[in-house]
Amino acid sequence: MPIPWLSLFGHFLLFSLLSIGGAITVAPEMQRLLVDQMGLLSPEQFSASIAIAQASPGPNVLFVAVMGYQAAGLAGAATTLLGVMLPSTTLALAAARWGHARRQTPAVRAFKAGMAPIVIGLMFATTWVLGSATPGWAAHLLTLASALLLWRTRMHLVLLVAAGAALGALGWV
Amino acid sequence: MNHASVPTRGPASPGELFLSFTTLALQGFGGVLAVAQRVLCEERGWLSREEFIEILSVAQVLPGPNVCNVALIVGDRFFGLRGALAALGGMMSAPLIIVLGLTALYAQHAANPLVAGALRGMGAVAAGLIAGTGLKLAATLRTNPLGPVACGAFLLCAFVAVALLRWPLAGVLVGLGVIAWALARSRLG
Repeated sequence: MPIPWLSLFGHFLLFSLLSIGGAITVAPEMQRLLVDQMGLLSPEQFSASIAIAQASPGPNVLFVAVMGYQAAGLAGAATTLLGVMLPSTTLALAAARWGHARRQTPAVRAFKAGMAPIVIGLMFATTWVLGSATPGWAAHLLTLASALLLWRTRMHLVLLVAAGAALGALGWV
Repeated sequence: MNHASVPTRGPASPGELFLSFTTLALQGFGGVLAVAQRVLCEERGWLSREEFIEILSVAQVLPGPNVCNVALIVGDRFFGLRGALAALGGMMSAPLIIVLGLTALYAQHAANPLVAGALRGMGAVAAGLIAGTGLKLAATLRTNPLGPVACGAFLLCAFVAVALLRWPLAGVLVGLGVIAWALARSRLG
């Protein structure tokens, strides 16, 4: 089946502009496009894309490249990743410059003050949502312990993740 | 940078930015935010916690992956467009090669219970690291012009709306953000 390159790229440009909070927030739309409409991925390949990106180092948005790669090889990865990055990076750069140039104005200072508690609350919410995806008291205990160790100690983060991987491989969480 | 209380020094060149973002991205399993905060604020001292949360706020309300937006904005502050591209390139290049390599491997090992268990354990830790970063950054709220009560209320509302009620993030950000902005605007006089 031929790959509809232009339509694929165009859809990911649009997903980029909708991805407030990260590309993962438009994952349901991506599933509808790639699995249901275009038939480029199986539902299993789609879920695996997210799991692989979670398990490998780097930003989670790379799951978009994994989808493109599974659908259409390296050219597919380039199409989906460039599509999802171009509009949002351009916008972020422009908006950040605009705000930084006006950082002493009351409006921008109020933005910083007002957003800070909301952004921190969202971090706790992310932990909660991710935590409910891995049920079981042992997993929750590990999540809590990681949070406290990061907060209170200078333990290396890779060490924490490796400990989690070891505990998981042993079947303890 | 406008926070005189915390002296910050910057990277020497876009090349140093690229390398720093590469090494920090390679330490970020299941998310880069926790590593980015530790490296940029604590190890390198390029940003104060206040600056980090300010950049994260901008990254959060705009579309796009948060940590990539953070990389772009940090890079841009130090070296303009060249810095932005260096930081983002560092954040994405090496991890992209690794993730595509893993995709090829994964197909053969997905059913292995050891692999599945390890992924589960890593996921549980990655979830905790985000809350741990939140706990660290919460210290910056002490000097927030909103005051402790309003800060606590906004933090709790954001958590309840997204975690418990599962409202869409964009709506929560805009709705709560406008109220918090208006309140902060009135307190700043």
